[in-house]
Amino acid sequence: MSEVHDVVIIGSGPAGLTAAIYTDRANLHPLVLEGEPSSNSDQPGGQLMLTTEVENYPGFVDGIMGPELMANFRAQAARFGAEFRTVKAGKVSFDGPPHRLWVEGEEIQARAIIVATGARSLMLNVEGESKLLGYGVSTCATCDGFFFRDREIAVVGGGDSALEEALFLTKFASKVTLIHRRKELRASKIMQDRALRHPKMAFLWDSRVSRVNGETAVESVTVEDVNTGTTTDLPVSGLFVAIGHVPNTDLFKGWLDMEDSGYLITRHGSTFTNVGGVFAAGDVQDHVYRQAITAAGSGCMAAIDVERWLEATGSADHEIADTPRNW
Amino acid sequence: MAANITTLTDTNFNEEVKGADGPVLVDFWAEWCGPCKMIAPVLEEIANTHGDKLRIAKLNVDDAPDTARQFQVMSIPTLIVFQDGEIQKRLVGAKGKAQLLEELQAFL
Repeated sequence: MSEVHDVVIIGSGPAGLTAAIYTDRANLHPLVLEGEPSSNSDQPGGQLMLTTEVENYPGFVDGIMGPELMANFRAQAARFGAEFRTVKAGKVSFDGPPHRLWVEGEEIQARAIIVATGARSLMLNVEGESKLLGYGVSTCATCDGFFFRDREIAVVGGGDSALEEALFLTKFASKVTLIHRRKELRASKIMQDRALRHPKMAFLWDSRVSRVNGETAVESVTVEDVNTGTTTDLPVSGLFVAIGHVPNTDLFKGWLDMEDSGYLITRHGSTFTNVGGVFAAGDVQDHVYRQAITAAGSGCMAAIDVERWLEATGSADHEIADTPRNW
Repeated sequence: MAANITTLTDTNFNEEVKGADGPVLVDFWAEWCGPCKMIAPVLEEIANTHGDKLRIAKLNVDDAPDTARQFQVMSIPTLIVFQDGEIQKRLVGAKGKAQLLEELQAFL
């Protein structure tokens, strides 16, 4: 049987990597299962890997590109010796400690586990969407905006992510129509001001996309007025979906308490789950704030919770340095 | 980039891909695409272990926009396997190594 790790961190967004930095500096030698490449924000580095400029992460006066920020997080965790594996956990058994999980058929044991698997983009689930994914339907504006130079496109959503994508896409597209199911935007004031003022942007309020049309590429989307039910076809060659996220918690069903929406439930003011030795941090347990900085903050909390839990249960292998209090 | 990965342009595409003996996997990518960078090391590994059966080639859509347009690439990464000049398989979006190997099983 393999060694029993002090702590395994599942996920490598701001929460997972901050937890890695802190547990590393507490001599817990974390193993980070960083996930696998994908194009729907469920990948190593998390949601920020698909964004451009991050303007609200403290410490970067002029902003920083999302992928660069996450590369920095990872390099900082690696500097203190965190071990990374570019895999997804395939199965878990939280009947310990030690708890067990499996990657590529191999069993891994850990005294403590930090779940930081984040959330992935929601899709519309309407006719034509999955067929045309990659042929005009996109989940990654930074990847695909380039292909819509001088074309008319639509963005669905009303939050910060939707507006950020829409504004980014105005660099390429001749016109960007934002389709939102309410009469007003959820996004922050500064993003709203930029979007509402932008000459290339148009808005369809109280509207939802009910079908994506086209055989081999997107030709139009059918838009339904949510009040009257009347539909119109909006001719566009691209559709970018930014209607929110769903937590990556399928793996933990039956083990960890979660809300109906799938978000993990943590004990108030901490990162403790219902299972001793299993902690949750970041967007996987937060549907309220969902910021890089709050995810990083809760990753730090999880690391400190793990450290104290291992101390209290006397199950850490080595002497734990009381690093966090020395900062 | 690994030595056994071919760099494609609008000018050498026909010769390198359509004129090739066996199957060639073309990775349509760009510098500004995060998921493209994520799968780059995976493709290098595949080139190292399976390069004798499936040649790996990369096409930067910034440098070769005509070819990208010709194959209606509208999302990257897009991976297309060509054999005798014909498209045999098309994969859109980044994927992990295990899933990629499974999708490419027929060519390995």
